[in-house]
Amino acid sequence: MNRRNLLATAALGLGLSFGGAAFAESHAKTKACFVYVGPIGDGGWTYQHHQGALAVQEAFGDKVEIAYQENVPEGADAERVLTQMALSGCNIIFTTSFGYMDQTNAVAAKFPDVKFEHATGYKREYPNVSTYNARFYEGRAVQGLIAGRMTKSNKIGYIASFPIPEVIMGINSYYLNAKKVNPAVELSIVWAFTWFDPAKEADAAKALIDQGVDVIASHTDSTAPLAEAAKTDGAVIGFGQASDMAEYKDGPRVSSIIDNWAPYYVKRVGALMDGTYEQADTWDGIAGGEVEIGEITDRVPAEVKAEAEALRDAIAAGTYHPFTGPIKKQDGSDWLAEGEVASDGDLLGMGFYVEGIVGDIPK
Amino acid sequence: MFGNIDPALLIAALMVNSVPIMLAATGELVVEKSGVLNLGVEGMMIMGAICGFVTAVVTGNPYLGFLGGALGAMALSAIFGFLTQVLQTNQVASGLALTLFGLGLSSLIGQSYVGIKPPATGDLPLGPLKDIPFLGEAVFGHDWMVYGSILIVAAVWWVLKYSRLGLILRAVGESHEAAHALGYKVTRIRMLAVLFGGALAGLGGAYVSLVRVPQWTDGITAGAGWIALAIVVFASWRPWRVLAGAYLFGGVSVLQLNLQAAGSVIPVEYLSMAPYLITILVLVIMSSGRGKAALAAPACLGQNFHASR
Repeated sequence: MNRRNLLATAALGLGLSFGGAAFAESHAKTKACFVYVGPIGDGGWTYQHHQGALAVQEAFGDKVEIAYQENVPEGADAERVLTQMALSGCNIIFTTSFGYMDQTNAVAAKFPDVKFEHATGYKREYPNVSTYNARFYEGRAVQGLIAGRMTKSNKIGYIASFPIPEVIMGINSYYLNAKKVNPAVELSIVWAFTWFDPAKEADAAKALIDQGVDVIASHTDSTAPLAEAAKTDGAVIGFGQASDMAEYKDGPRVSSIIDNWAPYYVKRVGALMDGTYEQADTWDGIAGGEVEIGEITDRVPAEVKAEAEALRDAIAAGTYHPFTGPIKKQDGSDWLAEGEVASDGDLLGMGFYVEGIVGDIPK
Repeated sequence: MFGNIDPALLIAALMVNSVPIMLAATGELVVEKSGVLNLGVEGMMIMGAICGFVTAVVTGNPYLGFLGGALGAMALSAIFGFLTQVLQTNQVASGLALTLFGLGLSSLIGQSYVGIKPPATGDLPLGPLKDIPFLGEAVFGHDWMVYGSILIVAAVWWVLKYSRLGLILRAVGESHEAAHALGYKVTRIRMLAVLFGGALAGLGGAYVSLVRVPQWTDGITAGAGWIALAIVVFASWRPWRVLAGAYLFGGVSVLQLNLQAAGSVIPVEYLSMAPYLITILVLVIMSSGRGKAALAAPACLGQNFHASR
């Protein structure tokens, strides 16, 4: 603990000297920095964040400077990258993966003049840390409905990344809304323990297909699961994840969840520039435009498509919540009573499967 | 415990899964047998992946794609060879730099190839063999690279063990001074071994982008090169053990995903670590039998050679 304090103090001293210089020049130019967990060419999660970064550049032109770092491992390495960014004059730093949560807060403590924005996390330990997220579970509900209607084997699959609330929420929403339209549906879950590893994601999809699954949703970042589904000549369908993945439209991709970060990034950087910036905890969904449902292709029958779009619109209008009671937990205990909807707190800390899902969540 | 997993499908999947690692590890084995430690396998693999992908897309021919992948990675390994054999740089540092360089360069080349589908690599027509129950589905329904990789392992084994060429290569790796005194061109032989290793790593990489995940994505090999490096060591520099190691690693990787999909009762944490744990364990046990595992490493591994006399 002592050594850490010492380091923190030393870094603080450095931060003050460098930060001061950076601040002076920042009147001319605001520097927005982005930390990515994968490569910007992943075609999914990181690609969409980078589109948001480019939108910031587009919106403010010469008045902002964009910097980013790809493939930053979650964990201790991230702290080094963040410190480096803060020292190099970034005014606002977006950390775009759940696993940067503690590092973001740790570095934010040392650089009180730099704004930190952490995606999908829940810790805001310092006034200069904001969090932002999107209600992906709303998109998962639409996917679940399509999956429940489209499966012929009544086996649907989910390629999960890490056992965090975000992912568990997606699994539960997907399953509940599939079950609602098709009570016979069974869900197989494969934990890949990676955000990005195309070969492993393809293997996970293959394992699901070998087990008779014919609709695959994925919570990893690349297009590999769709590429694997494409090998089955139309027997298996899937969804674009994080990005539209439109190149698989004439293949297995029947719809998608698109993360649209651009409006949020433009808003936050804009607020910083005109002095209206405040700490925030943003969690928008389909209604706010952060979550978009990609075009539902013709492989989905017209009535299912209409049903899915009606569900999307009901969620956007606030008349339907994907987690509406009665819902029991996997162990049979009650979670939500009849007509009750899940609170945001429950969702953000979700650590259990709902009733009907087989298997245990890895610890 | 194995529930409703179809063993034929499992064997089929593991054979495909293992090809990239097996090819890269076999190439690295030859390189290390000649006394050179090239840690740039990951970089060469990904160069093979992108060069193979680009060639296949441009020409429309997957077979030319594999050739292009091998040549692209070979070109990268030539840089390593030049640095370490001619300029006498440190092999560990040069190898690591090669990986970083390969990752960056492949990303640059691949920028306009994201989202394109490559031409399909066809299965090898084995005719009636494919109709044999079980075996037909498990073993005889693959593309030609799966069989090609096994042939390459067999060829490397034969050359190293029985041919004059193999003897010279091993001599250079065991004692470059002695080999030099006998009149062998140490630098030239090592350079050729490095190029051969690059070509095989490239083939392995091309297999990832053309067959296993038929698409290009940045960082597509995602660490397969490091696993290949580890397998060479744990296989104590023997070709058939490399094959066994690659199949074991591929097999357990596929099995653990299948067990998850089938709803196994084994906790996911154990399943996820199983491929690494079991492969290392089995190879170590295999190698420890004669008590000479430590001696299996080529004596001059990683040492630069400069002809002083």
